[in-house]
Amino acid sequence: MRGGLTTADGKPLKQALAHAQARAKRKALLLVVPLLAFILITFVMPIGQLLFRSIHNDGFSANMPQISAWFDETKAGDAPDEAAYAALVADIAAAAEARTIGVVGTRVNYELSGTRSLFTSAGRNAEDLQPPYREAMLDLNEKWGDPQLWGVMRSVSSAYSANFYLAALDLARDENGEIVRAPEDRRIYGMLFMRTLWLSALITGLCLILAYPVAHLLAVLPLAKSNLLMILVLLPFWTSLLVRTTSWMVMLQEQGVINNTLVALGLIGNESRIQMMYNQAGTIIAMTHILLPFMILPLYSVMRPINPSYVRAARSLGATSWTAFRRVYLPQTLPGIGAGALLVFILSVGYYITPALVGGASGQLISNLIAYHMQDSLNWSLAAALAALLLAGVLILYWLYDRLIGIDNLKLG
Amino acid sequence: MKKILTLSTALTAVGFTAAAQEVTVMSWGGAYTVSQVEAYHKPFTAETGIKVVSVDADNPATPIKAMVEAGNVTIDVADVEYADAIRLCDEGLLEEIDPSILPPAPDGTPATDDFLPGALTDCAVASIVFSTVFAYDTTKFPEGPTSMADFFDLEGFPGKRGMRKGAKANLEMALMADGVPADEVYALLETDEGVAQAFAMLDKIKGDTIWWEAGAQPPQLLADGEVVMTTAYNGRIFAAQVAESKPFAIVWDGQVYEYDLFVIPKGAPNMESALEFVKFSTDTQRLADQAKWISYGPGRKSSGALVGLYQDGVTEMAPHMPTSAENLTNALASSYEFWVDRDSELNERFNAWLAQ
Repeated sequence: MRGGLTTADGKPLKQALAHAQARAKRKALLLVVPLLAFILITFVMPIGQLLFRSIHNDGFSANMPQISAWFDETKAGDAPDEAAYAALVADIAAAAEARTIGVVGTRVNYELSGTRSLFTSAGRNAEDLQPPYREAMLDLNEKWGDPQLWGVMRSVSSAYSANFYLAALDLARDENGEIVRAPEDRRIYGMLFMRTLWLSALITGLCLILAYPVAHLLAVLPLAKSNLLMILVLLPFWTSLLVRTTSWMVMLQEQGVINNTLVALGLIGNESRIQMMYNQAGTIIAMTHILLPFMILPLYSVMRPINPSYVRAARSLGATSWTAFRRVYLPQTLPGIGAGALLVFILSVGYYITPALVGGASGQLISNLIAYHMQDSLNWSLAAALAALLLAGVLILYWLYDRLIGIDNLKLG
Repeated sequence: MKKILTLSTALTAVGFTAAAQEVTVMSWGGAYTVSQVEAYHKPFTAETGIKVVSVDADNPATPIKAMVEAGNVTIDVADVEYADAIRLCDEGLLEEIDPSILPPAPDGTPATDDFLPGALTDCAVASIVFSTVFAYDTTKFPEGPTSMADFFDLEGFPGKRGMRKGAKANLEMALMADGVPADEVYALLETDEGVAQAFAMLDKIKGDTIWWEAGAQPPQLLADGEVVMTTAYNGRIFAAQVAESKPFAIVWDGQVYEYDLFVIPKGAPNMESALEFVKFSTDTQRLADQAKWISYGPGRKSSGALVGLYQDGVTEMAPHMPTSAENLTNALASSYEFWVDRDSELNERFNAWLAQ
């Protein structure tokens, strides 16, 4: 039959169906539009804007138009002439007047430390400068003749720059524009990224080891008892993160509950109290506890429907209890393990409050540095670059997971 | 770009529009905020009928940029450190405050002459002089450490230390502990060798230090026995000593003192009330009253004579002030010029040092 199925009036069935369903589809779309708009406005747009800052910072270019134009007209390596100095003085005077000179100085200072004051002090004196401007500026501070400074000003005269990503990877540009590693006493982010990934993996492993027996117990107990135990899992899950973290502080302090108990029992001396907080141990203990429900719940939901007669059948066919577990039970719980591990890992990669409170110096994660650049140093471009790298890292891990285990093989509940 | 950001944050902020007769003041929390509520906020409301809402932050300077850039300024007045006041002003994030509107001293001296040197800048009015000092638990050390060097001496004075998580004041203290005279500290810190020397000093106690962020933390750490000595803002230790009778003692040797100033963020929602509040709070009597509640020195010369007893009616305030002569024998005035420029660079280095 040519043309496939048709309806009574001769239209192809596919077309007729699509036509009939179009209205319903439009209605369905209308129903989700508010949610889509909400996500777009409150989630996608602000995050996109902040990530955009990692490559875009117009602190210099927007406030120093004349000298930026001079950089556009000349090429890299051109020595600054009198016209350049005149443009510079005019821009600095205007920026000082508009109170944006601090923004300009801060932008240059990101690339070349110790230059912020050059701009702010020049701003205070710009009104009184007389031509020839080159001499006047050099009189003010001889650093104004430094080729490296001019090289940096040229690079920031464009609002778009990859330098924040370099900084986030502990790299920098030298005087010739070559990419080199940052000085040793400035390297921090690479180490913190590695620490974040390693601690997240460790916490995921600990959660799995602790959660597996608990979830199994919940799954095999009669419903009345397991519901009671489930409350014990859910109660802390519903409690505020901050409350749980501060409770851990009470427990782990040097003068805290655990140390006091150990001293009272005579297990350790009063002078040799164990340091369990303000270091990595604090971060690991508190985060493992806080993230535990995220492992227990997916495991439980996978274990509950597993038919106990499979394991019994394996045992009756001669398998040892270990073989029965390894060959029969464990494979059936894999989707739960995958879901729980992915959930815990991704949550811990972005964890911030708990390490900030109990992590001390050695328990800080990369998110604490992102928070530092958002809230304290106010270098939002660097914070955005760090966040983008973290996001990219998580997406790569997600992709690897999909390739190795398969994302369909995931059961969240 | 900025407009969209403004729009999206404005949408979330619709519900929070402040009432007309109100002014929101952001400060540092704890005993310091209490002193401001008692000395400034309550009398201000009594006199003008304008309600004062008090908000706390670890450092009130930091939320200002986010607020101004997003076009969603929710505070009217903030209490910030000197270097932050200059930096925010340079970046156009603060309203300018004309010093001529400030009330003169009772004897008629204009405000510009009555405030201590440098206490008035384009955008900020100083209220107090505070100091970063170190304090210890007298039950742990009855003899007590007496000098800055003792703070870095783990053998002579064993036990955990507390320090602020940041470069400011720590680097200066480290150099003074290493024997550098106060008046040479900043010249030395300008050089790479000086910075390296300061970090080498901090290395000595790094493994035994707990890093605090909020000003209310150090007295708490001392009281909990988590540390045996800690750097702290002097007023916080005073409050714990006098109001809560804690066995703490302050070592004034090597103290680093500076101003705290009132600023008004650009686009503050209640600009007129904010100006009224700053004028009211920084007059001679209010600044003197403030010292009744916490041991911070007033920013006006004319207030000095009015400072007397703590609010308990028996404690003489003078010996607890960072500016009293016997506490100034080896003291350093924090250099805002140095920190305005070096803040980001040295904190970056500090963070890298801390994480290693």
